[in-house]
Amino acid sequence: MAAAPESAGTGKGLIGWIDDRFPLTKLWKEQVAEYYAPKNFNFWYFFGALSLVVLANQLVTGIFLTMSYKPSSAEAFASVQYIMRDVEWGWLIRYMHTTGASAFFIVVYLHMFRALLYGSHRKPRELVWIFGCLIYVLLMAEAFMGYVLPWGNMSYWGAQVIVSLFSSLPIIGGTLVEWIRGDYNIADPTLNRFFALHVAALPLALVFLVVAHLMALHEVGSNNPDGIDIKKYKDDKGHPLDGVPFHPYYTVKDTLGVAGFLLIFAAVIFFAPNFFGLFLESPNFEPANPLQTPPDITPVWYFTPFYAMLRAVPSAFGTQVWGVMVMGAAIVVLFFVPWLDRSPVRSIRYKGPIYKVMLAVFSVSFIILAVCGMKPPSGIYPTLARICTALYFAFFLLMPWYTKFDSVKPVPERVTGHA
Amino acid sequence: MLKASVLIIVGLLGAGTALAEEGEIRLLESGTDIKSTDSLQRGARNFMNYCSGCHSLKYLRYSRLGADLKIPDAEVVKNLIFTGAKPFDEISTAMPADATDWFGKQPPDLTLMASERGVDYIYSYLKSFYIDKTRPFGVNNLYLAGTAMPHVLSSLQGLQKPVYQNEQEHGSAKMVLVGVEAMTPGAMKPEEYDQFVRDIANFLDYAAEPIKATRETMGVFVMLFLLVFFVFAYLLKKEYWKDVH
Repeated sequence: MAAAPESAGTGKGLIGWIDDRFPLTKLWKEQVAEYYAPKNFNFWYFFGALSLVVLANQLVTGIFLTMSYKPSSAEAFASVQYIMRDVEWGWLIRYMHTTGASAFFIVVYLHMFRALLYGSHRKPRELVWIFGCLIYVLLMAEAFMGYVLPWGNMSYWGAQVIVSLFSSLPIIGGTLVEWIRGDYNIADPTLNRFFALHVAALPLALVFLVVAHLMALHEVGSNNPDGIDIKKYKDDKGHPLDGVPFHPYYTVKDTLGVAGFLLIFAAVIFFAPNFFGLFLESPNFEPANPLQTPPDITPVWYFTPFYAMLRAVPSAFGTQVWGVMVMGAAIVVLFFVPWLDRSPVRSIRYKGPIYKVMLAVFSVSFIILAVCGMKPPSGIYPTLARICTALYFAFFLLMPWYTKFDSVKPVPERVTGHA
Repeated sequence: MLKASVLIIVGLLGAGTALAEEGEIRLLESGTDIKSTDSLQRGARNFMNYCSGCHSLKYLRYSRLGADLKIPDAEVVKNLIFTGAKPFDEISTAMPADATDWFGKQPPDLTLMASERGVDYIYSYLKSFYIDKTRPFGVNNLYLAGTAMPHVLSSLQGLQKPVYQNEQEHGSAKMVLVGVEAMTPGAMKPEEYDQFVRDIANFLDYAAEPIKATRETMGVFVMLFLLVFFVFAYLLKKEYWKDVH
């Protein structure tokens, strides 16, 4: 490697100087300017970029919140009001963060739904999907711990309910819960460690996984609404005929998507930041009170489908662990989707009627579960939750059979249409 | 297919919300206007005169209230501070710690009550005390059964008595509380009293989120900016994509 000084210094100017020492231009070209994405992305393909935008929003607003928030059970609630009233623009920063949390789940749910529509998890993108599922799991942990930090009464009792779930595990349950809380109750040490995890450990892991998600994606190339491989037909330069460079085509298109998203996002922040008690729940305007539960303890809307499943399963043999297992299985099953789908085609455009019906039933069940999870468990809701839990699992567990026997339409050689 | 499922979903959500509110006595509509400084000033006056003896607003500073409600500091000190506090201080109360012995519980801080229960709740609550000999202070409330609070505004509103209705439940007749009606008149006409408590509710709505009115005004400009940005983003996208076939 003694020849390095002679061969180096090919580039000019500052960028050239950097390129000789760090693959800046190479990375930019590989990941953005010469990353060829299918030209036929539709509406559903906005949500990946939007997830990234929301992640950035959460990181930046989160850092600023950390500057004024006090992670102690005696001061947390008042420090949030301090941010809302005395910190310059603190109210805007906090509303961007709280609305961002809900927006994160909206765009991520739509992003995941897109994968189920067009088979984006199928070979060779299994790892893209698995990294995505891991991001989703971490995101739930991140959101749960963030929800505890304002130390409102719903924060407190939500934490109480969710942490107690671990106590249903046999033998180790009780000790485990004590270890998680750091106390015999949800208390100051719990708040402190949740703060540490929420602002340091989990965001670090999230960012790392997002990078892995994107690297895996860029290694195999993006799927598209037709679910076909664009690398089959290339021009004489070796670029896919049905692809366009991510920059500038998708950077400008995603800018349009971001503009549309911001319109909705800002409308919520400025006109309905509580979003009718769904994004900021009214019992959380009361400080944590270990002696008084809110009228109904319900998690924030994005957890309610799983909460409904938890409550749908009755206790048996003197333990509640079955509900916890069902709830856990509902998330674990997602990881196996790439291998559960046996259809010869990827996209719903060329799949048969059975998959379409199953996906529709699954989506409606998920939303009914979300509603059930917000309601007190009485009247029709428990029955409804049980039926929808069964339908939720049926979609995944029966997938190997119905996708195999379902009819398929012929898949075109080249992508159809473009945005 | 997709459109059909979206329609089903929207329909279900609608049905879900419709199911929610049954079997409770409906809240009265307060009709407050957070952008009316006059109403907020009257509300602040009413609150300080009738409520602040027991209830604090511990996250709101006198000076902030003065600035937002266009009341000069000197006026705030003269007319609104009864506790010897400085304008920069948060609005505390002279209620001693043994209030629990008097009422059974400490009168709650009201800074965030409007966010917690809603402005209509405060309005409805203040209008719906009725006489009840079984209670320590001789009154109960339609919207908070067994309330520990005496009817401090009774000299203004007068007294109300409960209205019961016979209802059949599981085959036996049952008296159900359905409302209240005026019994003895107070110093105010009903419309005056309504406005009096509407102003308090409005003021508490302000106290819960002092930035609310500003936020909504600002939001209009943010939306207009984003709309223009959206149009330019659309045109830019169109320009770049015109050579993609």
